[in-house]
Amino acid sequence: MNINTTKVISLLFFIFSAFYLYTAYQIQVFAFDENAPFNARTFPIYLGYTGLFFSGLKIILPDPNTIKVQHKTLEYKKTAILIVIAIIYGATILKVGYFLTTSLFLFSSYYFLGERRWVLMFLLSFPFVAAFMYLLHGVLDIYLRDPFLKLVGVMG
Amino acid sequence: MIEGILIGFTTALTFQNILMVMVGCFFGTIIGMLPGLGPMTAIALMIPITYGFDPATGLILMAGVYYGAVFGGSTSSILLNAPGVPGTVATSFDGYPMAQQGKAGKALAIAAWSSFAGGTLSAIYLLFMAPSLSKVSLSFRSPDYFALMILGLTAIAAFSSKGQFLKAMMMVVLGLMLASVGQDSLSDITRFTFNNMNLTDGISFVLVVMATFAMSEALTIILKRNDPTSAAKQVSLTELGSIKINKEERTKMYKTIPRSSVIGFLIGVLPGAGATIASFLAYGMERNVVNDEEKEKFGKGSVNGLSAPETANNAACSGSFVPMLTLGIPGSGTTAVMLGALLGFGVQPGPRLYMTNPEIFWSIIMSMYIGMVILLILNLPLIPYIARILAVPKNYLIPLILFFSITGIYVMSFNNFDIYLMIGIAVVATFMRLYDFPMPPLILAFVLGGLMEENLRRSLLLSNGSWEFLWDRTLTACILLTTILIVVWHIYKTMFKKTKV
Repeated sequence: MNINTTKVISLLFFIFSAFYLYTAYQIQVFAFDENAPFNARTFPIYLGYTGLFFSGLKIILPDPNTIKVQHKTLEYKKTAILIVIAIIYGATILKVGYFLTTSLFLFSSYYFLGERRWVLMFLLSFPFVAAFMYLLHGVLDIYLRDPFLKLVGVMG
Repeated sequence: MIEGILIGFTTALTFQNILMVMVGCFFGTIIGMLPGLGPMTAIALMIPITYGFDPATGLILMAGVYYGAVFGGSTSSILLNAPGVPGTVATSFDGYPMAQQGKAGKALAIAAWSSFAGGTLSAIYLLFMAPSLSKVSLSFRSPDYFALMILGLTAIAAFSSKGQFLKAMMMVVLGLMLASVGQDSLSDITRFTFNNMNLTDGISFVLVVMATFAMSEALTIILKRNDPTSAAKQVSLTELGSIKINKEERTKMYKTIPRSSVIGFLIGVLPGAGATIASFLAYGMERNVVNDEEKEKFGKGSVNGLSAPETANNAACSGSFVPMLTLGIPGSGTTAVMLGALLGFGVQPGPRLYMTNPEIFWSIIMSMYIGMVILLILNLPLIPYIARILAVPKNYLIPLILFFSITGIYVMSFNNFDIYLMIGIAVVATFMRLYDFPMPPLILAFVLGGLMEENLRRSLLLSNGSWEFLWDRTLTACILLTTILIVVWHIYKTMFKKTKV
């Protein structure tokens, strides 16, 4: 049996299915529902077993189409930076507000991806977000919470 | 039916809806043109915009995006040999050689006319077939629906997996598992929430779609930026050539289009098949049908070879609406996204849709005609300009995709947790994509999860807990037998390859 990353992922899925199945058995159902033909835990239990079945097969059976990923050519650093920026964006959007955080998110993302045309970077962040915000908030009437714009008196 | 058609036309021909079709076709073309971004991503990005509209308008917009994205995919196939969507892979077989011969404009025009004809013809088939299919599907009972959903999930796993059936089935199970998070619909008992209040209502469909498609697509593009196999290919946009089609080429297209549209539509109707298989089958069939002289030209810039897959993939798009609208079971990943959006609007697709919401049912069908016309009017003269979109630097494109994805979730819930969850799912999805785990089966399973559990619940309760309902009715038994055959065949194929290796 050949151990490759696909098999490792399948093994992780097998463990995940086992955990899912265990949790499914722990679902509390009403006393009168305990012996019913179908209750809240029935479907998840079947799903857990199905997950074990398919991931188990994937582990046991040969992998004719082995995927070889060239890790050296992958841009892990930039991808990780982008994910971190997205997390920071998510963490600040409610407290700071949509306009400022989104504009900064876009601006910093352009920067970290290697862009250095400052005027274009600015135009595609602050004015772009303002226009998009107007479309959502002003035209489509979708509420956007923005403490920052409220503080500076732009938004009511 | 005449009354329904009139209702459909009245709804689809309002100023707002025509505008939506135009906007949808335009943005769909642009997004579909960008390699890696398909109709599913395009539609997912549009979902937040549709919140402000009524269901018919929202769906018309999404349908416009769908056709636009499929057409846009052809453009990058022809100009770059980099299909924007899998359904346009076959287009590149003859479209790209034609472009290399300095006939890019002509190739794009043939693609545009074939798409238009394929889409229009299949919209006519849909017009006549959908109501009768609705009547047939009214006789379906819970066990049949349950069996049909299993068949749909197995079929999409079989077709979308490129020989990786078990991986696709694992994704189906994962999608169903994600759908089971939150309150049980009948008893209100919370499941898999781990006492987190944010998960009580379950995981949002938009969140899963955005994470697994738009966001993970963007992350994958960045991750593979330096990968020589996926490096962006350069194209000369200065010489597109004439877009005029001569009489001889038109005659060839007249023969190809009708037969390819029938194949495309029928394949599109089957759950799980869709535009990719339709285009390959139409290409293969066309090659067998034409004379030896024309056969020689296949792969070297044949008009028939370009027209056939283009007609079929658009016909399949309309065809895939049949199971979604009449059975409530999406025929493809893209229609699964649209089904989710429909459920979000509070509209339940299925056999009764055209009775309970005729304006939605008919306006979608009518908007298809309008969409095809607009796509042609909009795209044909704009081809040289639209093609320049391909030059948009990824440094701008990627942050904008991430921005649309996060905004889509933010305006829906105003909740940090959902953003973190989306990023988490996107990271896992990106990693799984690297190892060829397909995402469409996950989305389809996620959408069908609730309905599947509901139908299993009803079937088991009606049969007093006995599993006999699976073979009590001939229809249920036949559907399940087909499913079992697909599963066994694919597992056998995997084992057979072992001995061969």
